[in-house]
Amino acid sequence: MVNAKDIEHLAELARIEVSEKEAEALAKNIEAILGYVQQVKDVSVGNDALKDIGLVNVFREDAAPHESGAYTDALLAGAPEKEDGYVKVKKIL
Amino acid sequence: MIDLKTLTIKKTHNALAKGEYSAVELAESYLKNIEKKNKELNAYLEVFDDVREQAKAADRKIKTGKAEMLTGIPLAIKDNILIQGKCVSAASKILEGYVAPYDATAIQKLKKASAIFLGRTNCDEFAMGGSTENSAYGVTKNPHNTNRVAGGSSGGSAAAVAADLALAALGSDTGGSVRQPASFCGVVGFKPTYGAVSRYGLIAYGSSLDCIGPITKTAEDAQIIFDCIRGKDYFDSTSINLPTSKLPNLKTSQLTIGVPRSFVEREGINAEVLANFNESLLRLQKAGAKIVDVELPSLQYALACYYIIAPAEASANLARFDGVKYGLRVSGENGIRDYFKTRALFGPEVRRRIILGTYVLSAGYYDAYYGKARAARAVTRTDFAQAFEKVAILAVPTSPTTAWKIGEKTDPLSAYLADVFTVTANLAGIPAISVPSGKTKAGLPLGLQLMAKAGGDDGLLDVCIPLEAALLRKRDNQ
Repeated sequence: MVNAKDIEHLAELARIEVSEKEAEALAKNIEAILGYVQQVKDVSVGNDALKDIGLVNVFREDAAPHESGAYTDALLAGAPEKEDGYVKVKKIL
Repeated sequence: MIDLKTLTIKKTHNALAKGEYSAVELAESYLKNIEKKNKELNAYLEVFDDVREQAKAADRKIKTGKAEMLTGIPLAIKDNILIQGKCVSAASKILEGYVAPYDATAIQKLKKASAIFLGRTNCDEFAMGGSTENSAYGVTKNPHNTNRVAGGSSGGSAAAVAADLALAALGSDTGGSVRQPASFCGVVGFKPTYGAVSRYGLIAYGSSLDCIGPITKTAEDAQIIFDCIRGKDYFDSTSINLPTSKLPNLKTSQLTIGVPRSFVEREGINAEVLANFNESLLRLQKAGAKIVDVELPSLQYALACYYIIAPAEASANLARFDGVKYGLRVSGENGIRDYFKTRALFGPEVRRRIILGTYVLSAGYYDAYYGKARAARAVTRTDFAQAFEKVAILAVPTSPTTAWKIGEKTDPLSAYLADVFTVTANLAGIPAISVPSGKTKAGLPLGLQLMAKAGGDDGLLDVCIPLEAALLRKRDNQ
């Protein structure tokens, strides 16, 4: 049901490099796991199963920003490549 | 010589306040122990180099008479909780060398109390696993039997507390990762109600499931740490203030404990685990508790739910690790290939879960798997809420097995099945605690897991304190 080609497609979506051998092994793993988890398909749920999970969006006023540049040094310190206060990456387009 | 084995937080606090020893002496005792044992156990990935400075600051606070319960108390912190200026890596190569730019809220609160952070502990990579075998920096050995795993994903934290390499520790629990290693290592592990402790500064795995929780020697210690780190946080919009319950301490003899018997006696549960579970219930009955059978039909598919929802959320959460803004970057022929090569640094279990998560969220499968799992999860919540209208506490074993041999579980699915008793509390968002309940003939620790309704954390912890005594006739630290 799940073969190496499927795994390669998923790895492409997830931007992870997988070798051919790994794709074969993962296909077997994932197929077995899906075989187990698909029992949720048979669960009978009511129409309002998703009501009242208790999560609400929490907003704040779009005002009072922190001082510009307050966190720049701390954040840039972690960047693998930087230049002139910018995070540096390869050209995308 | 401070006898670390007999220490609890309260005992230590009193000793420090009286001046029996200093925070520096105490910290140095732990550092010495770490030096002796950590090479073999691999509980700590890093011992911080400023422990003595932290302890000196704690001593200054103690001398001014302003010591709080946690002042000077040496803690181990799981490698997925951020401490400003310290390395944190989620036990992954992809974050090797990454330095945290800020404190997790839980850390801030412990800092305010002047607790001591001894170092960061080993775990399964990105908290994915039940044995700490998935760490990119080696497994953590079980202090009770070094051929066996310490459990996971907070294996390092549990091993540290069990081996007296810390007085207490912080871990994180997404599907059992605080409770299960606690049970494997013979210590207490508490997962609070979802949202009770801020997740700000916890490296995310499954955001609707993740909880920071303490791993300690006693339930009272867990309560002390929980009381320090809990609270609604501006920086975590899912965090809440639990209503403080003014319930009187429920004695064991006043308890009605519900047991989902048909679920517990499922195939695959180790015979000694089941025997110990029944024996624990007998001991509680002798102490006056009432045991009743409860039915929770949704427990049958809870594990399946978890292994759809958690990988799905993980695949989204781990998309940020692309080598652009932080962590390591592996260079490819172009910008996109950078991502592929960098993300190849993830270990096999992480890749497996990301791929699985990507599958269940992909077009054509989203509704059948993820959509259905979310709906089934809501049914689980309702089931539990209804059960807690009849009983105050539910009891199950923490794990269907004891600690397995390192390298023994090669099949991922069989490893997932070991989570069957713990994932339910994460799905339902309820508090759950594992307390030591004895050992197997071979000397491997066993744990009893107790759960209470969402928001019932104080009651659950209060119940555990006398219950611990009823469960184990003898404890070293009393």
